Amino acid sequence: MDAMERTFQLHVPSSTENLSMIRDFVSSIGERAGFDKRDLMQLELAVDEACANVIEHAYGSDTTREVTVKAVLDTDSVEIRIIDTGRGFEPADILQQDLDKLISQRESGGLGMRIINRVMDEVHYEIVPGKKNELRMLKRRRKET
Amino acid sequence: MSNPFSVSSSRQGDITILAVNGYLDAHTAPRFEQTIQDEFDAGRFRIVVDCAGLTYISSAGLGVFMSFVEDLREKGGDIKICGLTDAVYSVFDILGFPALFDIVADRTAAVQKFAEPSRKES
Repeated sequence: MDAMERTFQLHVPSSTENLSMIRDFVSSIGERAGFDKRDLMQLELAVDEACANVIEHAYGSDTTREVTVKAVLDTDSVEIRIIDTGRGFEPADILQQDLDKLISQRESGGLGMRIINRVMDEVHYEIVPGKKNELRMLKRRRKET
Repeated sequence: MSNPFSVSSSRQGDITILAVNGYLDAHTAPRFEQTIQDEFDAGRFRIVVDCAGLTYISSAGLGVFMSFVEDLREKGGDIKICGLTDAVYSVFDILGFPALFDIVADRTAAVQKFAEPSRKES
């Protein structure tokens, strides 16, 4: 396969209604990469969390914007890029408080990023305020034992 | 796509059992949140959430459990979770829910959990 054959893109309106479509897209990519059931679920989950954050926070639930999900298949991994043109943020500013503290404060913010960091092998943010935000994350296929 | 998420309610004494089906993500979580809010507003603070029909959950769904549990416990109630498939349990586990919530096999065990001291009291 050359590079073009290994790159897949999905552009969807920024509505949470489309999260299930995004999950289906990513799941097909993961299947093609030979991911097992657990890794497929984790890949879907990470992309869902990232896109939900874009819709809710970068676009402030404005459903007229667009979210781009780009997937690049490699021999033993899948790289996902989530691209938006909404508000940027500083990843380090997202508080990673203990779960019991969040519960006592009736808070549930930052859970999505916590999940992404747990289930993906590499996570990088590129925030260009007012222009483009890109989250790149990579998941490697687990070696068969 | 029809019916991505549904929740049905039944009672067992003073315990409300909410059976959830389909997927719980940022799109469907507000419906689940409203269901629990309705129970809270009606003064029903002991809730079992039966997840046997739940195929998927993201942090938006988990956030609903987190945002209500403290208020319910302060009223002497709680949320007990049961019926999780392995895949759905793994998401609860990623965030450390098993240490903070009673997660049991089925409805019977969940209802029985209400007879034990709550996590707030223990």
